[in-house]
Amino acid sequence: MKPAPFEYFSPSNLNEALGLLEQYGEEARILAGGQSLMPLMNLRLARPKVVIDINRLSELQYIKNDNNGSLTIGALTRQRMLERSDLVQRGYPLLTATIPLVAHSQIRNRGTIGGSIAHADPAAEIPALCVALEAEFIVRSARGQRVIPSKDFFLGYMATALEPGELLTEIRMPAWDQAYGWAVGEVSRREGDFALVGAIVLLRLEKKDVCKEARIALFGVGAKALRMRRAEDMLCGGNLDERTATEVARLVSEELEPDSDLHASAEYRKEVGGVITRRFFVEALERAKKAKKR
Amino acid sequence: MNQAYIGAPIRRREDVRFLTGTARFIGDVKLPQMLHAAILRSVHAHARIKSIETAEARAIPGVAEVITFEDIARGAGFIPIRMYPLPGLERYLQYPLAQDKARYVGEPLAVVVAESRYVAEDALDAIEVSYEALPAVVNVHEALRDEVVIHEGNGTNLAARHTVSIGDVEMAFRQAEYTRREEFKIHRHTGNPLETRGLVASYDSGRGELTVWGSTKVPYFNRGILASFLNFSENKIHFIEPDVGGGFGIRGEFYPEDFLIPFAAIKVGRPVKWIEDRREHLLAANHSREVWCEVEVAARRDGTLLGMRAKIYGDMGAYIRTHGSLVPISTASMLTGPYKISNYQCAVHCVMTNKMGTGTLRGPGRYESCFIRERLLDMVAGDLRIDPVELRKRNLIQPDEMPYEVGMTTPGRSSMVLDSGNYPSALRHAVEKFGYDELKAVQGRFEQGKYHGIGVAYFVKGSGLGPYEGARVGVTAPDSVAVYLGIGTMGQGHETTFAQVCADGLGIPIEKITVFHGNTDYLPFSIGTFASRGAVMAGSAVYLAAQQVRKKILKVASSYLGVADEELEFRDAQVWKKGAEGQGALLDLAAVVKLAGPASPYHQGEPGLEATAYFESTKNTYPYGIHMAHVAVDPETGILEVLKYLVVEDIGRIINPLIVHGQAVGGAVQGIGATILEELIYNENGQLITTTFMDYLLPNSMDVPAIEALTLEEAPSPLNPLGVKGAGEGGIVATGAALANAVANALLPLGVEVKELPLSPNRIRGWIREAAGKKGV
Amino acid sequence: MSKKAAITLTVNGKSYERSVEVRMTLADFLRDELALTGTHVGCEHGVCGACTILLDGEAVRSCLLLAVQADGRKLMTVEGLARPEELHPLQMAFQERHALQCGFCTPGFLLTAHAFLKENPVPTEAEVRKAISGNICRCTGYLPIIQAILDAAPIIKSVSRE
Repeated sequence: MKPAPFEYFSPSNLNEALGLLEQYGEEARILAGGQSLMPLMNLRLARPKVVIDINRLSELQYIKNDNNGSLTIGALTRQRMLERSDLVQRGYPLLTATIPLVAHSQIRNRGTIGGSIAHADPAAEIPALCVALEAEFIVRSARGQRVIPSKDFFLGYMATALEPGELLTEIRMPAWDQAYGWAVGEVSRREGDFALVGAIVLLRLEKKDVCKEARIALFGVGAKALRMRRAEDMLCGGNLDERTATEVARLVSEELEPDSDLHASAEYRKEVGGVITRRFFVEALERAKKAKKR
Repeated sequence: MNQAYIGAPIRRREDVRFLTGTARFIGDVKLPQMLHAAILRSVHAHARIKSIETAEARAIPGVAEVITFEDIARGAGFIPIRMYPLPGLERYLQYPLAQDKARYVGEPLAVVVAESRYVAEDALDAIEVSYEALPAVVNVHEALRDEVVIHEGNGTNLAARHTVSIGDVEMAFRQAEYTRREEFKIHRHTGNPLETRGLVASYDSGRGELTVWGSTKVPYFNRGILASFLNFSENKIHFIEPDVGGGFGIRGEFYPEDFLIPFAAIKVGRPVKWIEDRREHLLAANHSREVWCEVEVAARRDGTLLGMRAKIYGDMGAYIRTHGSLVPISTASMLTGPYKISNYQCAVHCVMTNKMGTGTLRGPGRYESCFIRERLLDMVAGDLRIDPVELRKRNLIQPDEMPYEVGMTTPGRSSMVLDSGNYPSALRHAVEKFGYDELKAVQGRFEQGKYHGIGVAYFVKGSGLGPYEGARVGVTAPDSVAVYLGIGTMGQGHETTFAQVCADGLGIPIEKITVFHGNTDYLPFSIGTFASRGAVMAGSAVYLAAQQVRKKILKVASSYLGVADEELEFRDAQVWKKGAEGQGALLDLAAVVKLAGPASPYHQGEPGLEATAYFESTKNTYPYGIHMAHVAVDPETGILEVLKYLVVEDIGRIINPLIVHGQAVGGAVQGIGATILEELIYNENGQLITTTFMDYLLPNSMDVPAIEALTLEEAPSPLNPLGVKGAGEGGIVATGAALANAVANALLPLGVEVKELPLSPNRIRGWIREAAGKKGV
Repeated sequence: MSKKAAITLTVNGKSYERSVEVRMTLADFLRDELALTGTHVGCEHGVCGACTILLDGEAVRSCLLLAVQADGRKLMTVEGLARPEELHPLQMAFQERHALQCGFCTPGFLLTAHAFLKENPVPTEAEVRKAISGNICRCTGYLPIIQAILDAAPIIKSVSRE
């Protein structure tokens, strides 16, 4: 399993990279961490004529808080850097909890946050996280820059809103609210695998455990990670307790229309989507209550 | 028998090269001028091949040759059956390249030879194959309807049938107070050694000699096939086995590539290397285990088993491989296991489908039959309200009934006789070690969101398959000893275990011994490494040869010293007078070597200290044991957690407890992974959809429970001088059965029945859903 | 057709200058161009871990890197683990615990463990188990490997203090 022939470029700065992307357009693939692209190339399922290796663009590796507290992450930031970052560990517990679910440490040593997002595997954790957090993506090309909200970015199975010539350069996650209760997890056949089905739950409470905000994102359940709006709407403004958990699970299960594949049937994903929503809802609620007390 | 080394946990002497990266696997073999091959494989499961256009491929710079069927139309042959023939199977053999029809996805159609594997794969892309796709038949029941016939000339997909018949099964069922009938299915899976197959072939046209690296398992047999295909004499072909990254039964049988690569080397006049990639391995290296079984058992109310009758359907794939009918026949031949079931009938069917061919995988037919039988026994136990362990105890063959004749359960072989065993004792050990009597209280208990279950499974398997194996032991100046084996090794530690056997057989420190293996020039005859026969057959041969050398040493010493050889003994590499240790050694080995030299007056007619011995046996030895598992099942997700696992196995005699333990634990993990995670899945068009490790899931370190392995030596085999039985497969054989029984017990409160494998979360959830549906929940 | 590029890299402390085809994987480069065949190829799609090497001290899958990407980098392969006079404590522990059978996966595990213990010199059993979960072994069942790493950890820690 050896890759088909290609032309290789290793630009040393972003403008050079964008110039090459502009020039080669659809003939080119971006090589970042390579943990998704190289298997495809080795299997000859991907045969780009041109490979633009962006690993020298160190200007795209950073983790920062900006003035209003949002977390800005350069697209080439390795997943392991996120795992080890003090800033993230102290200020963004959900991100800290999500990254270790991605594959194995050797993959995370090379894999980048931008790469995972651009690859858009529907069973991947990082795209789902972005959908749950309503992250924004900065996308650049030789012709300029635009901001794409995550809800508009993921179009379908490994398909994104990136146009030929465009490069994802930055991910912006909104400031983390310490009042959030959160939970993230998945059901997978082995640890480190893509999820059979996974969920991220975020809850914020007001007085007397009334829900101020609820976000439920499911992944592994279709062509892309989904926000379960009906369930979220049901929760908002209502009192939250363990009984709500069952109701939320039911709504999620009803709303899901997953695909079948060799690992799990659509029915399985529909059912288990509800089950894990219920479990993570309970976990998130506990955290939300504790957060409120602080 | 002097036993300084046999039984000791000697650390493996071969380890250093593997630890330092200086081992030499087939991928590491490099010859000057070497070219690289890639195989063009069918993308259809069943299709007529109208044409193969190779001109564009040949034109690619760096491509040396493209070999198609026309090049080998004469000068090859159909790959023969090595074992377990049945009348009819020989009509379904495979030619190394498809002629005008492809019968499975992955079937070799052509070979490209090029400067590098990269360029060879570019050439594959450039070959145009024109197919006329035909409907594919992908399961045995469909295949038996013979609407789509895979080998049209034969008119049917039922390649062969055989019925095993012992006792009077009709009478048993007439007398029965209780019967139960069930259907079971074992899933298709394979062994996936971490190293894929590979070959390097080099032809010396000046001398007409061919050297092939990369063969393993049965190199002598394979050399014989290659010699007959190429019309060479066998002594002009040298097979060299490099270091091998695991076999598990899959690697080493004669495949199309075992002809194609040597043929290519001869044709292009340069050495040719072929390293299989993982996708090819999943597609085109032997598959195994896919067996369907309808079975019925007859018993008395007190649980005494009276008889069993069954129908077994083996999904053989598109061509009969070198193992003939082995997988379904072996499933049938030991279906009665360690129990006294003297009335037994089983109709075995070998059925062809448009899939990769079936061969052996560690514990072939045993994993399958153990699952079928032990699941059935648990069901019987449930119906009759007898504890599952108690039911087994009541039916076990007793020690005073050994050797126990089971009967003619394998066609073409003599009656199966279980050589030795204390089956009740092993069960007692297992019960005690596992804490079964206390733990069984958790059966079906729901705790912290999970259902708990304990599963038990008893196995017996054959090992030490004959008919012979040889070894040559020789001493060279000054005092080093070489052991030459015919058998190969793929990780079992032969360089250590056979050194241990030789050290004790000869009477020398192990440091003086080197074990040589993996070259057909070492011995004229060998059968190979499979069926856990190495220790039994080659080990016995080593022991016999070592003892013969010891006798020679004493004869030479006797001649020189003028002392009768009965008054001398040889130990610690020195000759001593018996009963006169105080006087010190009389001669050391280096001195005896000189005295035995060709010009010496003291050698006994034959110079040197060397002996070749063959150990012959037509009877198998039978290791046996029990697996016990404690599992917890999350009913909402179907996720199965193995909390505790025990392997108890009696192998008669342990040569190296470290290695034996490693085999038991390794086999258990392999079996647990296979039972829960692994499955080769074909879609309805005959496309294999599990072609990478993202889809074919192997167990990793997080999937491994606390495993304990207890090896017993209560029933040595009377059939060989060491008393050993094979230790290579006991760890895997009962894993499907034990885990399935545990899951069935855990989910009994939900009315779930477990009759097939694997125990995937999707399947488990499906069973729970189905059972709930039946209950009207 | 496939272009070539010049690269300079350090492997096990030794510097190499080579011209490589841009599509050649790092695993193939190490094995075929530098004759460092201790790094093995098991799947070529990043799952089995047999090809694990250290790239600037971090465990990575060399089948998922192009050789050209190693330009200017420091690599360690299994050949660089043993000291001239004796084996590395990990290697000794593997032998002691029978943590290898066919040996094909062993280099990958050794390097994964080596990098892991640098980062976590006093690990728990659970941490070791997790750390090696990206490497597949078909023979040993992992338990002796975990034990060997736990055995080696204190020895490595005490040596590193010297």
